Amino acid sequence: MAAAGDEGAREAFRRGLKLGVPFGVVGFLLSVSFGVLARQAGFSVVQASVTAMIVFAGSAQFAALSVITVGGGIPAALTAGSLMNARFLAMGIALAPSLPGGPMKRAAQGQAVVDSSWALANRGDGTFDRWLLFGTTLPQYLTWTLGSVVGAIFGNALGDTHRLGLDAIYPVFFLSLLIAELRDTSSRWVAVGGGLLALALVPISPPGVPILAASAVTLIGLVRRER
Amino acid sequence: MTLTYTQVWMLIFGLAALTALIKSLGPVVLGGRELPPWFSRVVVLMAPTLLSALVVTSVFASGRSWSVGAHTVGVAVAALMLWRRCSLVLCVVVAVLVTAGLRAI
Repeated sequence: MAAAGDEGAREAFRRGLKLGVPFGVVGFLLSVSFGVLARQAGFSVVQASVTAMIVFAGSAQFAALSVITVGGGIPAALTAGSLMNARFLAMGIALAPSLPGGPMKRAAQGQAVVDSSWALANRGDGTFDRWLLFGTTLPQYLTWTLGSVVGAIFGNALGDTHRLGLDAIYPVFFLSLLIAELRDTSSRWVAVGGGLLALALVPISPPGVPILAASAVTLIGLVRRER
Repeated sequence: MTLTYTQVWMLIFGLAALTALIKSLGPVVLGGRELPPWFSRVVVLMAPTLLSALVVTSVFASGRSWSVGAHTVGVAVAALMLWRRCSLVLCVVVAVLVTAGLRAI
């Protein structure tokens, strides 16, 4: 049983590595643009690279950066970044029962969550394949780190990232995950509901909050019948 | 105001610590127990909901206001391609080219 379990884990990990590669490629491009913007905001090459390495949360990094670019201070930047990260609270709660071990071990495993690996490791029955999640995250961690180094070093040669259209990368990255979910027709209405709720909250709450608040739509699952 | 070298490090370590804390909370508090049926009924709806909110806010919002631009068109083209099962990397490249092209006009 243990041997069969190990084999299953290895297989899931390998499958995750493969699934993670295209997201890793796109993550590389995103991280390059982070490196460029970080240098423009006054980060050194080492600082831009270390950020990608130890924060490893794209939306939070961009949010914090945009705050200090417009002259905000550290508390405001940390708040903006944490609000963007707030969705990881919901993801962590969903993932929790699928992680074995004591609290420290579970906390460590929880660090491997990124949007794509969380979505892909979702078995669709409320449980998660943790080895698939680790496998999917690994190539993305490597390219995320590499991309920030490249962007920070060669960013000046690139010039204006806005003119280059690099801001289109981020939505397409999430859209690919969303579309995979929408092929299951039963999830379409909550997706529409979540999107509309988030959009409605945009003018009245700081960036990031609408995304976490949208997760309230999933409470419809409490009253819905089993599929 | 531009941050000093030391302040940038404080920001980096602060953000890393907060991110790790946020990612730990769910697994530490709720881990290691059986999940009741209502829990999984909610959880299966989380991915489409959160992803939809992420996409919508990154395409139609800028800061605290609704806004559209060249990238909206680029992302829309990529959306059609993704639905037709084109590869992610190809879709991203097309989205970037369309966006940059529109801004160059």
